[in-house]
Amino acid sequence: MARIIVVTSGKGGVGKTTTSAAIAMGLAKKGHKTAVIDFDVGLRNLDLIMGCERRVVYDFVNVINGEATLNQALIRDKNCNLLYILPASQTRDKDALSQEGVGKILDELKKDFKYIVCDSPAGIEKGAHLAMYFADDAFIVTNPEVSSVRDSDRMLGILSSKSRRAEQNEEPIKEYLLLSRYSPDRVKLGEMLSVDDVQEILSLHLLGVIPESKSVLNASNSGTPVILDEKSDAGQAYADIVARYLGEDRPHRFIDDKQGLFGKLFGRK
Amino acid sequence: MSLLDYFKTSKASSASLAKERLQILVAHERSSRNQPSYLPQLQKELLEVIRKYINVEQDAISVNFEQNDTQETLELNIVLPDHQKTT
Ligand SMILES: Nc1ncnc2c1ncn2[C@@H]1O[C@H](COP(=O)(O)OP(=O)(O)OP(=O)(O)O)[C@@H](O)[C@H]1O
Ligand SMILES: [Mg+2]
Repeated sequence: MARIIVVTSGKGGVGKTTTSAAIAMGLAKKGHKTAVIDFDVGLRNLDLIMGCERRVVYDFVNVINGEATLNQALIRDKNCNLLYILPASQTRDKDALSQEGVGKILDELKKDFKYIVCDSPAGIEKGAHLAMYFADDAFIVTNPEVSSVRDSDRMLGILSSKSRRAEQNEEPIKEYLLLSRYSPDRVKLGEMLSVDDVQEILSLHLLGVIPESKSVLNASNSGTPVILDEKSDAGQAYADIVARYLGEDRPHRFIDDKQGLFGKLFGRK
Repeated sequence: MSLLDYFKTSKASSASLAKERLQILVAHERSSRNQPSYLPQLQKELLEVIRKYINVEQDAISVNFEQNDTQETLELNIVLPDHQKTT
């Protein structure tokens, strides 16, 4: 059975698109045919992060309106032939996406793909609503910061009341926490909420911690999802996340301050 | 307290303050999420009725809705003004 994953947060700029690109690539690299859809109508960006911006001909809205077929609009990724990207439309018409239209496209994708990753726009308006409405799993991207945590909780409320699964009294959406832009050294200094703090507040299953990392900007500069940068901390964090999602048991990393020589010598806890 | 402890505790404050504020806020927002949508209107109308008879403050009344497996309770709280003020 195909599974629809929404990557959502409420708050903007927390790392949803970075995460969508990374996990979609990760799932495809593990041998699962995966599609990643940009729901940010009017502010298309996933194409840039995936490095396929020059190959966009048709978009999501074209397919909904019957101006192109799904196969015409899907772009095959240059690094992995099991990964396809469905770009957002740059139209300024907010009503370009309809629930019925989105539902139809997802149904069609489900026949052919194992995972469908929906990159949600920020906010709780129509685009964000449609991105999460049909989801089976939700990846809640949160930064260790008050407004992001609050918005994540708000989004949890919406997932549990306004989604298709909620409306039809089906088994609820599975929710996972992805704590991103984490700085263990700042947590240690008491300047940043810790992963335990955030988990205690949101009581969500932690899928992984993504450290604040320079490699993310490098990856977006070149248009390659950061998970392909296997040496980088953020890339490894996303690889762990994909593995855990697929059922592998991997210990959490990037939570503790890098143990320097000093720490090792003096047996710091 | 050693010097090291001093630095640790003085710096631990901003994240723990954030945590405390979030815990209160999230608990509050979660409880109001499950409330029936008529609650604010009910509260407003109740206040109007009560103010016909008693001169209470705008925020003197609170309506709480609670839900568990077996029952739903609606709790109404009115803080009456001090005696001195009513006479
Ligand atoms: N782990 C990280 N370390 C450092 N920078 C990061 C990390 N994750 C994301 N960023 C940076 O944060 C910015 C926002 O990331 P991204 O576009 O993925 O967020 P978003 O949630 O999709 O934003 P929007 O709400 O606008 O769609 C980008 O500049 C990105 O490079
Ligand atoms: Mg985005």
